[in-house]
Amino acid sequence: MRTAARGWFVVATLLLALVPLAGLPAFYESFLYLIFYWIVLATSWNILSGYSGYFSFGHGAFFGVGMYTTAVLSGKFDVPFLWTLPVAALLAALFGLGIGAVVFRVRSMRGELFALLTLAVTFVLATIVLNTPIDGGPGVYLSAVPLPKLAESPSSTFYLLALALTMICLWVAYEIYHSRLGTGLFAIHDDEDVAEVLGVPTFRYKLAAFGVSCAFAGVAGAIHALFVSYVTVGETFAIAVPLNVVLMSVLGGSRHWLGPAIGATVVTALLYAFTAGDYAVAGRALVGLILILVILFMPEGILGQILKRLKQRSRAAGAAAAARVPAAAVANGTINVAAPAAPGVAPIAAAPAPKGGVLLRVRGVEKTFFGLQALADVDMEVREGEILGLVGPNGSGKSTMINVVSGHYRATRGQILFRGRELVGLPAHRVAREGIARTYQIPRPFAHLTVLDNVALTAMFGRQTLRRAEAEREARRWLEFTGLAAKHDALPDELNLHQRKFLEFARTLAARPGLLFLDEVLSGLTPPEIDAAMRLIRSIRDQGTSIVFVEHVMRAVMELTDRVVVLSYGRVIAEGNPAEVMRRPEVVTAYLGKPHVAADRAHV
Amino acid sequence: MTVPSFNLLAQSVLSGIFIGALYGLLGLGLSLSWGMLRQINLAHFALAFLGAYLTYQLGASFHMDPMLTLALIVPSFFALGVAMQWVFARFAISAFNSMLVTFGVTVIIESLIQWIWTADYRKLESDYAVMKFKIGPLFVPVPELFTLLVAIALSLATWAALRYTDLGRAMRAAAEDAPIAAAFGVNERGLALLLSGLSAAFAGIAGMCLALSFTLAPSQIYAWVGVVFAAVMIGGLGNPLGPLVAGIFIGVSEAVTMALTAPAWAPLVSFSLLILVLLLRPEKL
Repeated sequence: MRTAARGWFVVATLLLALVPLAGLPAFYESFLYLIFYWIVLATSWNILSGYSGYFSFGHGAFFGVGMYTTAVLSGKFDVPFLWTLPVAALLAALFGLGIGAVVFRVRSMRGELFALLTLAVTFVLATIVLNTPIDGGPGVYLSAVPLPKLAESPSSTFYLLALALTMICLWVAYEIYHSRLGTGLFAIHDDEDVAEVLGVPTFRYKLAAFGVSCAFAGVAGAIHALFVSYVTVGETFAIAVPLNVVLMSVLGGSRHWLGPAIGATVVTALLYAFTAGDYAVAGRALVGLILILVILFMPEGILGQILKRLKQRSRAAGAAAAARVPAAAVANGTINVAAPAAPGVAPIAAAPAPKGGVLLRVRGVEKTFFGLQALADVDMEVREGEILGLVGPNGSGKSTMINVVSGHYRATRGQILFRGRELVGLPAHRVAREGIARTYQIPRPFAHLTVLDNVALTAMFGRQTLRRAEAEREARRWLEFTGLAAKHDALPDELNLHQRKFLEFARTLAARPGLLFLDEVLSGLTPPEIDAAMRLIRSIRDQGTSIVFVEHVMRAVMELTDRVVVLSYGRVIAEGNPAEVMRRPEVVTAYLGKPHVAADRAHV
Repeated sequence: MTVPSFNLLAQSVLSGIFIGALYGLLGLGLSLSWGMLRQINLAHFALAFLGAYLTYQLGASFHMDPMLTLALIVPSFFALGVAMQWVFARFAISAFNSMLVTFGVTVIIESLIQWIWTADYRKLESDYAVMKFKIGPLFVPVPELFTLLVAIALSLATWAALRYTDLGRAMRAAAEDAPIAAAFGVNERGLALLLSGLSAAFAGIAGMCLALSFTLAPSQIYAWVGVVFAAVMIGGLGNPLGPLVAGIFIGVSEAVTMALTAPAWAPLVSFSLLILVLLLRPEKL
């Protein structure tokens, strides 16, 4: 499919490259140039902002870096124009990477804060350019810079330059969209913490997207500098640039690689139609109105809306086909409806070690939050092939323990060894690569990814790092295993709680972890659902994955676990055989409090 | 760099306080709707300019005193704010989308202003414009002083109302957790309408002050966005005194920067401050 797409790209580029031969008036070529120019700006913006959800209002700054690179190099130092293009790309990318390296280290830097921060960066840059010899105030004239002769007329040359850049930019957006990077970015968009814990190197991916995005904006600026031939701070860093870019992308659909291009074409054509007819003001008002209506009535954009319709239609057709499957096939087990155990599934852990060896060793681990001690000097170990119950009253530190081992929190002190490797200090995605996975008490699926994509993601980023096609095959296997195969095309919103919990299972299993943390997977389930989940947990262990089972449902703890560790106020207070440990007085006290009645009687 | 005379510096600080008061006044409504309704209302600036142009037109056509125009502007802008909130609630707009929708509103209002009043600069001719008096060596222009007093009065009144009245307490509860507040009998929808109406009315009042001391052009709408956002965020969202204090702080820093270096360096101060605030305490916002 991607080879076919490549073919279409080449054909489209060649056809569009023939346009100058038609001898159109310069007016039309300039109009097409403007469309291409906005397509590049909107598409490059989307590679960071649409894909990862970090909405930047600083695109004007990155575009401006490119514009002034060319203005200074060509306008003041007579560097040939074409040579300035790679320099513009490089400088803009470096500028973006520098900002990203600082900003992306700040947790909770999301959404509107990132938008305002990038906007502020734009104004700071504008002030510096205005007050230093880069510009100095009067603007830079480029009318004396020779234009490379790629075609007969200047307008054709600009057309061809912009066409080449547009096609490269769209191509890169398309490739990223279908690559690991793209998959990771969309996961970051929905839930960055979960993405990291599942193995997505979030920091690096955001930086990569930022760098690519800025580079294209830089080249677009470089070409545009010569096109307008007079560069000023006021025009370059105007708020109109980022706002138009956001508008175009949202209008077209920012969750698709082609969306911004569609939005850019529509908006540019609209504005141009009105400017040409002396109704520029009305044109602007109309664009504002369209923006409002689109957000209110089709928040996924034009392309998003169309794709959704198409999908609904094809799913309706699919459902009709499924309804024709004879009931007998379901009855005799040919088609597996909801039974969790699926025979013939390969073992989860690649090399199940002999039972009994120590898999995870936690030594003297301590975790404090602003002076509050959540874990104090915790020692525990998980052995190969066991189900270890981790229990304790609410607030005893069970969830903190999971977060510390999985790398979401960094232990304040202590050592965590997994198969002899130190985990403390590793970022969460590296811990995931080592083969540790977790589920969330309240399921946290990626809301905009289908059930299949949710599961395929961990097969791509967890311990296995499969390619996309293999990952999907792997994902189908685990959906089968958890009885969700029929729902593979649904969005998580369409699942009930039980199914969402099983989706959490499938998602962690697709990573084929050596050690799996289950955080209260049974809470909120009905008794029959609990039975099904317990069968599933047993069959996961039987395939070689060790399990740490955090649970309040005592029946399940007693039946499933080989050993239990009891936490209270962040300390281990008991450890051993479940039936024996849960009867110990200190454990009973931790759960139920001191037996006051007995104490009172003693006083009397 | 030459060190300016004491008088020049003091005059700069004073003008910094005055411009800062306008930042604070513009930021007040913005901070309330962002902090309490989780809406980033870009249209606030356009509304302020619409108010300014109305003050200008009423003054030019009917020689109406700028203060009197408030009798028209406040109720009509309140209604506008209520209507906007009604739409936002009806479509359950998220914080980010509120920014996009209100940008759309901004563009429409800007076009409207340009259509009615053209892109040329307009300046309100009023008796206040030339009034000024002297305290020691310092000149105090009356319109700016008036703006400062209005900003202080509105900020304090809002602060006191939120803190000491039942209505204000209900508003803070609804801002904290709307469903829980609703479960305890707080009419959070009604309060949101009221708050949005008030915020728009504040924009109208800020617009009147704007018209007193500034020349107006539709393109100027965007000139205020960055600085005022900086004041709102540095001041802390939803805190009615924050924008004024932060606004004056920014205004004075800018004025001193201008006096010590070139005027064109002024934006560096506010935006560097904003960047620092965003990086150092994003969780507070």
